[in-house]
Amino acid sequence: MTRFTPGARIRVKADFPETRGPCHIRTPHYLRGREGLVERHLGAFRNPEDLAFARPAATIPLYHVRFDQPALWNEGQAGDTVLVELYEHWLEPAA
Amino acid sequence: MAHAPGPDSIALLDRFTAALAARGVVTEAQIAAQIERTDLADPRIGAAMVARAWTDPDYHALMLRDGSQAAEAMGVSMAGAPPLGVLVDRPGVHHLVVCTLCSCYPRAVLGYPPHWYKSAAYRARAVRDPRGVLAEWGTTLPEGTEIRVVDSTADYRWMVLPLRPTGTEGWDAARLAGLVGRDVLVGTQLPVAG
Repeated sequence: MTRFTPGARIRVKADFPETRGPCHIRTPHYLRGREGLVERHLGAFRNPEDLAFARPAATIPLYHVRFDQPALWNEGQAGDTVLVELYEHWLEPAA
Repeated sequence: MAHAPGPDSIALLDRFTAALAARGVVTEAQIAAQIERTDLADPRIGAAMVARAWTDPDYHALMLRDGSQAAEAMGVSMAGAPPLGVLVDRPGVHHLVVCTLCSCYPRAVLGYPPHWYKSAAYRARAVRDPRGVLAEWGTTLPEGTEIRVVDSTADYRWMVLPLRPTGTEGWDAARLAGLVGRDVLVGTQLPVAG
């Protein structure tokens, strides 16, 4: 079961586990708190945040999510985009 | 750059591999076999995939559907490798691959990543100023082309399937593959005929 379908508008959680202790996070800093569109579901993979520490790791959905590139940096050319793989627990619905 | 490993590091590696073997995790022979497989990977594999996709519609469809299967169809063992995704350029859309976190790269079909791909400068700038990066490469996109930067951060590895250049009508796959250099396969350059 996946929570998001292609075209869904999402926000990446504005969370910084790095401030709370050792961790292994695949969600780039520059996307935390940003809005994007789910492009497609890429499959299910074991959570690298646990795998990196040899903990039992759940298999979780991974999505390709598209972001408007100039909006991320307040510069750039309209129409350019950034496409990033993000795990479901980092995504929340955006209005 | 990287220093040659000293005797302490080599002794530590020897103890580590011996401990892995003693626990039945991996043998020295398995490690050697994996190194051999990795060393065999070369951008010419990716180039051959692109050239075949340009000349064989069924293979083009396979690449879109399942990049790993498309690599296997070229004789590459994808066992244990992350899934391979193929980013298809089309008129008006060009893909550029980066891994801002580290150095994720489709090694199975491109070999070891070049040094610049792992540099902080490329990783920082490709997502923030992709047009500036391409300009420094001397890469000129057709007017009106959108750039799609693909930040490779997780379980897939991504390669670009660029548009077949004009002026290559009637070329066979072997000749076409000669146009597809390593950097074309991550989108910093375009294939150009002539």
